[in-house]
Amino acid sequence: MPDLPPSGQSILRSARGSSHFLRETLGRYYATLCGDLIILLTVTMVAFITFKGLAAFTGPHPLSPLKFLFSSHWQPDAGPDEGGPQFGTLVFLLGSVSVSGLAVLLAAPLAIAASILISVIAPRAGENFFRPVLELFTGIPSVVYGWVGLSLLVPFIRNQFGGLGFSLLAGGLVLALMILPTITTLATDALQNLPGSLLEGSYALGATRWQTIHRILLPAARPRILIGVTLGMTRAFGEALAVQMVIGNSVRLPDSLLNPMSTITSVITMDMGNTVKGSAWNNALWSMSLLLLAITFGFIVIIKRLGPQDTKNGNHF
Amino acid sequence: MATTSDLQTDRHLGQGNHKSAFRTDRIATGIFYAAGIFLVLLLFSFAGYIIYSGRASLNLHFLTTPPLFMQKGGGVGPQLFNSIYLLILASTLSVPLGVGAGIYMAEYARPSGLTRAIRLSLETLSALPSIVVGLFGLLIFINILGWGFSILAGAMALTILNLPVITRVAEESIKNVPPSLKEGSLALGATHWQTIWRLILPAATPGILSGVILVTGRIFGEAAALLFTAGMSSPPLNFSDWNPLHYASPLNPLRPAETLAVYTWKVNSEGLAPDARQIADGSAAVLIITVFLFNILARYLGKALQRRSRAC
Amino acid sequence: MSGRQDEQTLHPPRPMNPSSSPIATITDPIVEVRDLNLYYAASQALRGISLDIPRKKVTALIGPSGCGKSTFIRCLNRMNDLIDHVRIEGEIKLDGQDIHDGSVDVIALRRRVGMVFQKWNPFPKSIYENVIYGLRVAGVKERALLDETVEKSLRRAALWDEVKDRLHQSAMGMSGGQMQRLCIARAIAVAPEIILMDEPCSALDPRSTSRIEELIRELQGEYTIIIVTHNMQQAARVSDFTAYFYLGSLIEYGLTKRIFTTPRRKETEDYITGRFG
Repeated sequence: MPDLPPSGQSILRSARGSSHFLRETLGRYYATLCGDLIILLTVTMVAFITFKGLAAFTGPHPLSPLKFLFSSHWQPDAGPDEGGPQFGTLVFLLGSVSVSGLAVLLAAPLAIAASILISVIAPRAGENFFRPVLELFTGIPSVVYGWVGLSLLVPFIRNQFGGLGFSLLAGGLVLALMILPTITTLATDALQNLPGSLLEGSYALGATRWQTIHRILLPAARPRILIGVTLGMTRAFGEALAVQMVIGNSVRLPDSLLNPMSTITSVITMDMGNTVKGSAWNNALWSMSLLLLAITFGFIVIIKRLGPQDTKNGNHF
Repeated sequence: MATTSDLQTDRHLGQGNHKSAFRTDRIATGIFYAAGIFLVLLLFSFAGYIIYSGRASLNLHFLTTPPLFMQKGGGVGPQLFNSIYLLILASTLSVPLGVGAGIYMAEYARPSGLTRAIRLSLETLSALPSIVVGLFGLLIFINILGWGFSILAGAMALTILNLPVITRVAEESIKNVPPSLKEGSLALGATHWQTIWRLILPAATPGILSGVILVTGRIFGEAAALLFTAGMSSPPLNFSDWNPLHYASPLNPLRPAETLAVYTWKVNSEGLAPDARQIADGSAAVLIITVFLFNILARYLGKALQRRSRAC
Repeated sequence: MSGRQDEQTLHPPRPMNPSSSPIATITDPIVEVRDLNLYYAASQALRGISLDIPRKKVTALIGPSGCGKSTFIRCLNRMNDLIDHVRIEGEIKLDGQDIHDGSVDVIALRRRVGMVFQKWNPFPKSIYENVIYGLRVAGVKERALLDETVEKSLRRAALWDEVKDRLHQSAMGMSGGQMQRLCIARAIAVAPEIILMDEPCSALDPRSTSRIEELIRELQGEYTIIIVTHNMQQAARVSDFTAYFYLGSLIEYGLTKRIFTTPRRKETEDYITGRFG
């Protein structure tokens, strides 16, 4: 073709080779491999922890799963003359539930109220000020929350209310502060993702802003706000160090806001390094890790049930 | 607020009813403002308290010298080094993998069982408590592979924590690249991978980079996943020996390494230094300032790169 | 039944009678399309299209939006491959070779069949890098050749004089018309035989539009150009042949002059004279 620009034609035909094909294939393989790796990693993790966690229930002196779950009798180092070691974890399970429950009860109302301010009442300040601040605080290490709890909150509780200060209350307050930014951000996302027509439609009918918020916006955003609250709960439930630092770590049922107690994560943190590998005590700790994993799955299922997740939410898992 | 129009409707609707609705609205607005302001004050006084308490330690001596045994005036030099070294290793491992998986999810994944399995795995990984990731590390790297408490095991645990976040950030940044670029490139005879490598990834880089910096800031403060992987001790380090094969070398990946966050946690319970409280105050301040710096850097770099790629 | 009636009204008009088809009248066509059907999932977007595209002429595809003209040209460089759930039946031959044949390298096909899009899409790179992108991905490295291609392509796209002093600056700082001409230069740089243009002027102001039209007229005779436009005056000004699409069917196809002066089909006449629905 004489009148085509002489530049491309011949070169392009000759430059075509298998190298592109090879690079294309390699690139795709690499990306696919990375994707598969994530499945492999997750499956391996679940499988290994499950396997290890079930060890306590098998072997020569198997632990009864019912006792493990529903007995509050935790005496891992009791000798044979004291009736042998006891591995009932109800104390810790209830401890985790109460401390994370308390944290959510304290944090959620404040977080949701603040999210309404950010998304509906002062959206500009919300975008330019509140959101960056919240994002900043979601990244604060949990040991820092724990340390402030230990150095400020525990003495304060001791002086004001008596007792040791190390308590359910201290744990709940520390966790509440820790999950506040998370829940606020997620609730704000939920409200902001509502169609603007809802707000306009309600205003157009003469509703005040408060009427619009509590009759229209909050119900419409409810599933996604609940997702945010559940994610906060998940985070609080799985937090180890911040809780362990302020909760006192004594083996007792959470019977009072001011008494020290333990959680699943705190006892794992305390004892995992100090027990002999393969011992019944150590195995029981692994079983508690499996319990923690199972409960986390429970939370994932609840979140999935609550509805399709916006990708933004995931950041705060 | 649209007070005039509100008042005009008054004449047509029942006045009393409307007035009370109006009053409720104002009270509610006040409550929301109070909640928002309280929240921000809470967070700021929290950060202010930490930085104020730790102010005495924010000096080069504290940041560079090793801790002292049973003596006042020790620093956090090795711990800080360990944190940074771990963070670099973990990023080196997790960024290529996470970006690769993000490319897969954004560009190659078809709606299929495999894609759903990856999505579910990502959600699971990111919901896992970090202590569980640490326990998994203990099981695999320490108990089964026998590495001992080591930087490498810690870096692996942090990589597992990072992977889901980096994958998601990469996937989102790639999906935000205008599809017209991809079409234009393919129409010129580029292959899919060439298009990804030459156009899509560069265009997605600002988003990926700021996400990576954010997540890096987070793992800087991670402790629970490291207790049983990188360990809770730091052997004496010889900062003039940079041969990674020597035991006392700071670069040795198989030595145990207590990070700043782990040290902050541990110094309280073990309390061997008489000034444990001051050390913890100082470390907490360093941790929070570092995380803030990472956050600001991510914000700034993301914006600057975005501007540059638009301008050039 | 009302459903039946709807079907009646929505059903596209009877396609062109094969005996009056322009297939026979074009000698040495570069593209031959036979019985092309295209489905998006369940809905059919192209219905039994058959036409020949003349070599080194400008062919305009006109018709109301949604009539399938853009979908049609995207078949010619297999850009529809990128869309999920698209099914194509029928035959498209480029120089006698079926482009859907298993032996055809789609990358090579796209180098022979360039494309300019409705909305200009310069890459976030320098002007220089934009022009030689097609060569770079084909593995061309010789500096002199790249330089030469940049100058030639930009001259051909009537952009050289405006940008020759800022070749290494970002392409994003140019005007819309300049960016669209850059996209044309980018397409020319790989020396395609066919250039597909998908409403290249629809987002441009009148002055930039007339520059692009001028450019199309200059390129005519050198390249086979297939241009989709919703602007009938534009089709009349730049094209040698015109095809009228309606609801996924080819209604009439012939010399532009003839289509615009003596349309043979009522539907075409209605559309051209603006009496359309």
